[in-house]
Amino acid sequence: MIETKTLPTQYVTQPGAPKTSSGQTVRTDEMIINMGPQHPSTHGVLRLEIVVDGEIIIDVIPHIGYLHRCFEKHAEHMANYQQVIPYCDRLDYCAAINEEHSYVLAVERLLKIEVPERVEYIRVIMAELQRIASHLIAVGTFGIDAGAFTPFLYAFHDRELILSLFEMTCGARLLYNYFWIGGLSHDIPPQFAGKAKEFCTYFKPRIKEFNDLLTFNEIFVKRTANVGVLPKDVAINYACSGPMLRGSGVNWDLRRDDPYSVYHKIEWEPKIGKGEMGTVGDVWDRHIVRMREMEESVKIIEQALAALPEGNVQAAIPKRIRPDAGEVYVRTETPRGELGFYLISDGTGTPFRLKCRAPAFVNLSVLPEISRGAMIADLVLIAGSTDIVLGQVDR
Amino acid sequence: MTAEEIYNNLKAKFGDAIVEAKLDALQPWIVVDPNRTKEIALFLRDEPALQFDSMMCLSGVDYNGGKLGIVYHLFSMVHKHKIVLKAHCTKENPHIQSVSSVWGTANWHEREVFDMYGVVIDEHPDLRRILLPYDWEGHPLRKDYKVPEFYNGMKVPY
Repeated sequence: MIETKTLPTQYVTQPGAPKTSSGQTVRTDEMIINMGPQHPSTHGVLRLEIVVDGEIIIDVIPHIGYLHRCFEKHAEHMANYQQVIPYCDRLDYCAAINEEHSYVLAVERLLKIEVPERVEYIRVIMAELQRIASHLIAVGTFGIDAGAFTPFLYAFHDRELILSLFEMTCGARLLYNYFWIGGLSHDIPPQFAGKAKEFCTYFKPRIKEFNDLLTFNEIFVKRTANVGVLPKDVAINYACSGPMLRGSGVNWDLRRDDPYSVYHKIEWEPKIGKGEMGTVGDVWDRHIVRMREMEESVKIIEQALAALPEGNVQAAIPKRIRPDAGEVYVRTETPRGELGFYLISDGTGTPFRLKCRAPAFVNLSVLPEISRGAMIADLVLIAGSTDIVLGQVDR
Repeated sequence: MTAEEIYNNLKAKFGDAIVEAKLDALQPWIVVDPNRTKEIALFLRDEPALQFDSMMCLSGVDYNGGKLGIVYHLFSMVHKHKIVLKAHCTKENPHIQSVSSVWGTANWHEREVFDMYGVVIDEHPDLRRILLPYDWEGHPLRKDYKVPEFYNGMKVPY
């Protein structure tokens, strides 16, 4: 759908503008193009209203909410705290484990309980497996946005192996309900550790293969370098997080800087964008950060599997969870960035208020800033590099 | 910097605009005047000793009894300290000043608060509904919200 907008007269005819064959002066005009809500490159039901001057983007106005399903209102009307966990899964269906992790940590912080060490290690292993699975979707679909279809198939093949590991553990392949308050729904099966190690060994050379196929492909580099540059100060001012922030060269990762679970006992390092192919903070930098994070995740999984202690997988918690009146804000590093839950308890068995600070929502809000002045063909890449999941944006 | 030092700093600079504080909470919070949030935010961001350059979260809350509020979770990536600010208003006069000129991320969060709680954010550059349709009536996250029977002729309860 294309429509024209009435503009101030100074834009309508420019001095020296060429004439048409019938002798009229060619008008230059801004145009509004509507992209979405059903569009393969918006990664869900996102509508972008794009104001363009020729092929140059003047402004982008995102319209969201098509997938709004009242998560926060539902949470206030649950029978108890545990019932919220499956809803958290559905926030970001590409990284359900990480959503659960954040929520159970928030409730545990409010209840002031410690979970057994075995639980913490299993949580870290699962969260990192999920991070790889989620980044594989991100880089795979990003390849499609850039016009490369084969890497997508590679990515989904490997993601399938991770989903099989989850299926072996808790029966579900997408929405797990595996982390419970005070522990896990059940222990990992005996063959899990072996299979997970097998996956790590298999996956490391695959990252290199994927990089050769897509990341360092000359066409891909030309297409993505120097596009959609997000400067450091803008990223911090807009509270961007995850690969968006690290791609802009900010060395910041909540797993290291605001540690939770057992990340502080594991050796790894956050990867940041350095502008190797163009400018720091461009689309390529965000892509390479995701690729390198997968390598780090494999390292974390291997160390956690080696250090996995024996023990119980459920802490002693009261049957009816009633935290003391109080409030807490807990944030964790999910594949998309900082996921926070602001939880207020009034001493009853249901949350009084549960606010979900969704990283995809916040990362999307910077899209107009980084798209202005870009070519319209690059918008697909810029939107793809923010790696949004509309389930989380709209909640 | 500890929460108490931050509180003393604010109190010395703004006096009456700092309404109350609870510094022994799990995450200490300070209540400020809803009409002066912008200058307080600017001070918190730009004062070299404080430098709250990052806003983690901004949430609306309905406290029951006709009281609404916004909670700001602030963090300094330079000094690695945190503080929680709150601004309260009543349902009869729901006005709180915008901080989106201080932290860009507040823009969408404030639109969400307006959408869900009906708190009018003064001086906001683009105060529209964000998650709900533009012609939706009412503010669903208020505790006394009643689901309408019809929306554009369609039956709402399912």
